[in-house]
Amino acid sequence: MDTNISFTLKVWRQKGPNEKGHFDTFEMKDIPGDTSFLEMLDILNEQLIEDGKEPFVFDHDCREGICGMCSLYINGHPHGPAQGATTCQLYMRRFHDGDVITVEPWRSAAFPVIRDCMVDRSAFDKIIAAGGYTSVRTGQAQDANAILIPKDAADEAMDCATCIGCGACVAACKNGSAMLFVSSKVSQLALLPQGRPEAAKRAKAMVMKMEELGFGNCTNTRACEAECPKNESIANIARLNREFIKAKLAD
Amino acid sequence: MANQIDSRIPEGPLAEKWTNYKAHQKLVNPANKRKLDIIVVGTGLAGASAAASLGEMGFHVINFCIQDSPRRAHSIAAQGGINAAKNYQNDGDSVYRLFYDTIKGGDYRAREANVYRLAEVSANIIDQCVAQGVPFAREYGGMLANRSFGGVQVCRTFYAKGQTGQQLLLGAYSSLMKEVNNGTVELHTRTEVEDIVVIDGRCRGVIAKNLVTGKLERYGAHAVCLATGGYGNTYFLSTNAMGCNCTAAVQAYRKGAYFANPCFVQIHPTCIPVHGDKQSKLTLMSESLRNDGRIWVPKNLEDAKKLQRGEIKGRDIPEEDRDYYLERRYPAFGNLVPRDVASRAAKERTDAGYGVNNTGLAVFLDFSEAFQRLGRKRVDERYGNLFDMYQEITDVDPHENPMMIFPAIHYTMGGLWVDYELQTSIKGLFALGECNFSDHGANRLGASALMQGLSDGYFVIPYTMQNYLSDQIQVPHIDTKAPEFDAAEKAVQAEIDRIYNIKGDESVDHIHKKLYHIMWDYVGMARNEAGLKKALAMLKDIRKEFNEHVRIPGDKEGLNVELDKAIHLRDFITMGELIAYDALERKESCGGHFREESQTEEGEAKRDDENFMYVACWQYQGSDEVAPTLLKEPLDYQYIKVQVRNYKK
Amino acid sequence: MWLINSPIGRKVVMSVTGICLILFLTFHCCMNVAAFFSASAYNTVCEFLGSNWYAVLGTLGLAFLAVCHIVYAFILTAQNRRARGDERYAVTDRRPEVSWASQNMLVLGLIILIGLFLHLYNFWGHMMFAELAGVSVAHDPADGFAWIQDTFANPVFSILYLVWLCAIWFHLSHGFWSAMQTLGFSGKIWLKRWQMIGIVYVTVLMGVFAFLILSFWLGFAPSYSSAL
Repeated sequence: MDTNISFTLKVWRQKGPNEKGHFDTFEMKDIPGDTSFLEMLDILNEQLIEDGKEPFVFDHDCREGICGMCSLYINGHPHGPAQGATTCQLYMRRFHDGDVITVEPWRSAAFPVIRDCMVDRSAFDKIIAAGGYTSVRTGQAQDANAILIPKDAADEAMDCATCIGCGACVAACKNGSAMLFVSSKVSQLALLPQGRPEAAKRAKAMVMKMEELGFGNCTNTRACEAECPKNESIANIARLNREFIKAKLAD
Repeated sequence: MANQIDSRIPEGPLAEKWTNYKAHQKLVNPANKRKLDIIVVGTGLAGASAAASLGEMGFHVINFCIQDSPRRAHSIAAQGGINAAKNYQNDGDSVYRLFYDTIKGGDYRAREANVYRLAEVSANIIDQCVAQGVPFAREYGGMLANRSFGGVQVCRTFYAKGQTGQQLLLGAYSSLMKEVNNGTVELHTRTEVEDIVVIDGRCRGVIAKNLVTGKLERYGAHAVCLATGGYGNTYFLSTNAMGCNCTAAVQAYRKGAYFANPCFVQIHPTCIPVHGDKQSKLTLMSESLRNDGRIWVPKNLEDAKKLQRGEIKGRDIPEEDRDYYLERRYPAFGNLVPRDVASRAAKERTDAGYGVNNTGLAVFLDFSEAFQRLGRKRVDERYGNLFDMYQEITDVDPHENPMMIFPAIHYTMGGLWVDYELQTSIKGLFALGECNFSDHGANRLGASALMQGLSDGYFVIPYTMQNYLSDQIQVPHIDTKAPEFDAAEKAVQAEIDRIYNIKGDESVDHIHKKLYHIMWDYVGMARNEAGLKKALAMLKDIRKEFNEHVRIPGDKEGLNVELDKAIHLRDFITMGELIAYDALERKESCGGHFREESQTEEGEAKRDDENFMYVACWQYQGSDEVAPTLLKEPLDYQYIKVQVRNYKK
Repeated sequence: MWLINSPIGRKVVMSVTGICLILFLTFHCCMNVAAFFSASAYNTVCEFLGSNWYAVLGTLGLAFLAVCHIVYAFILTAQNRRARGDERYAVTDRRPEVSWASQNMLVLGLIILIGLFLHLYNFWGHMMFAELAGVSVAHDPADGFAWIQDTFANPVFSILYLVWLCAIWFHLSHGFWSAMQTLGFSGKIWLKRWQMIGIVYVTVLMGVFAFLILSFWLGFAPSYSSAL
């Protein structure tokens, strides 16, 4: 059976992108271990509302680890101490009585803070818009089995496609690089025959868009991979490098 | 068409209706398309695919989503798969069979022509998605793999691991972003549609709230598509995402769109049970668990009491004292009965006091027999990731102790009434995906929601929209300074002011949880006349409580999450009433709707085809306080023989 | 120009220059091994690489590579700091999968640079530079062996050189596989292989250097006694 814990919670408060932020500290009492981290924040917010204060703002939606909306940097890790899990999949039994839990937003120049720990990740959409697709017209596709795809390639593409676009890779990276995100999409489509015709164009366009939006350069620290809630591999980054260099050399 | 429901089904034999429609419909020429604006609300499977397809055709599309990115719409959470009548497995599947299964699974409450069209275009969906780079599971030979799903005799479900919804949505999202890049789609994220604007009987725009700045914005268009999903969050605890709401749909209903079959709500049998009053949402465990897991409760009430007090664990109860109630009641289908049947059976047992957790609201899903039969390794290969997920959430290892599950609200078959062209009863307002009353009748089969969303967005609306717009090419861009826009914006602002200024003493969630208890207790899995009447009375009190006691902290201007939640709750209360009215009116048991007055001697659902074979369309009467009126669209089955669903033999 | 404009292009420059410098180190190491066995053999090499036009050209090329590597390192670091934003995390924690070296390449690089200046002063300044500039120094500029003996007889220099080698080891323990990753010669399997190859290679290389330093410091190199 789970036991209740009490701890100190420090959360980042910031009114807007250009305002100065600060930490607010709260003492949380008797939180059951089977409470999820976000439910714990719900409890905090109920308390704040009751006291007539403004609730703590953070992004969240599906609360089952697939939408990629939740984005809290907890005790030095994007999505908290658990590996291979999003913030919403983190349960309080991971923490101990008397802990100090520090909650911060994703910090990256390309992800400006909107309010408290809610950040603007529209840069990711812009990168996808630059080339993260196949140009196929609705209704004009050939039969789905017309091109056979080896199971290994399909499985590998599926692993790449598992990325939920949460931005933990950027948050974890000391360089604020989005290479794991970009490479996962490029890899997914590069591995499938349907994505090959535009592969070179795609790699170039997405990488240059990433550059334009102010993301940093990858220095292969592997922090992104270690923190990715979906365990995306930096083998994707190698593949992106390959695709990009090949494309540039062919120009 | 005041009191007459015209579903505008094309003439001709069932199998040729859609072909005929497409052959004879009116089109818009390319030069005119770019002069026409279309608003699409929502970026789930239906919304994203519609916006992408319409944009690609050359229309100017304005697309909204409430999340920070279109990729986060809740379609992403669908796990199992997507059905399509491809017959790749050579097991005798066909368009007709998919059509038949869907109608039968929906307990004969869906429209034949719509469902047939759905089955017909299902195959194209798979082609489209594969071309987009959706990595569906494949066999070693490189062909697409299929799995089977409840309620059918063929293997027609395509899947991408346990994340099919995610992969299909990302496919649609990528197409959408391609059009955003091309400039044909104008995307507004973190923007919520608060009202539609009707000018001269046609829907001509929306009033949207920018959720970051808090400002109201006006958008005009020649037509509006709502793809805003279902209303499951009326029940507070559901498998829906936290942000899912029915505000746009309810606003459309208030503006005159009929709301159809609201009482058809699907309850999913295999969710992780509620663990406390602080819980915010329910987590679904894949239905596939029922393939090898056996569902049971103790035979003896004393054992159940001990379980509830935590004195013993599931594994302590000997085999002979376990009641495998699904296998007992439904020998033919056993643990694989359809969702509604499994859910009700669980409720029946827990109501009788046999629940197995501290709240008494859970049953066991046990794999011990499967571990013995197949070995732990093989069972883990199939369900390992689900076991891990379960253990992470509950801290119980399913290898040691049986899992606990309980039914939860999952999907809503009801929705805005639409005709064959997906047009609501307001001209120029269309509804797609879960938002419309759909093709699922009274119960949806597994893996059909994704199919319907994409069918509507990719293959239906791009055609029917042109038919509607063909005589609109002379209409200039809609002027958002029109008095109708003024009035609509003023009304929305007035509502925001009203709610903000209540300055009461209860949080939004506090009131929403009260709504949950009413809905779940009286308008949940089993309903009866007395309970529904009681619920309607209580819902009136809830509205009163909301109007007098809700407290919105923070500023009215700018980002205010609580204010947005309050607007949603206002509409959930209205929706709750609508569900209750419909449930009260439909005195039969059918699909997801079970009336205790209408059951067989063995306690099975009893349909009443003579009196209730219709689509219930509810019309708003000018105020939330006034009961809506019912219009009926009769269902006429010409191609299918209506039968009783029987899962016993 | 993608080698300047694109993030991957810039990293390609880092990788290629880095690999070239590793190759130079390998060559340098081989040369030094000669000093362990025979003073005259080493001096022959020194003479060959003295103020001849090809050696000067080679040195200039090498200097160019080093300058590119260093300049790009500063550009990348500046860009990366900017990408990180103005606000820093209050709490940071490193996962075991993330190597310390990978996050401190610039610091390691700066230590190496300081060591390089020392090294240039000790040897190149007294040898090729002296020859080119015509400055007179304590030993014959072509008598490299004498300079080795002088330098490592001083324990301060020996210890500084050993510290320097440690910094290079850490720098290359990440740098080698990272270069392969950047050039795209990597994947789930090859990543592990490159890491292993890199560690072994760099350890052998630095081990030999360290061994040579110790042999001259403590005086057990065969060439040491014969030269006396």
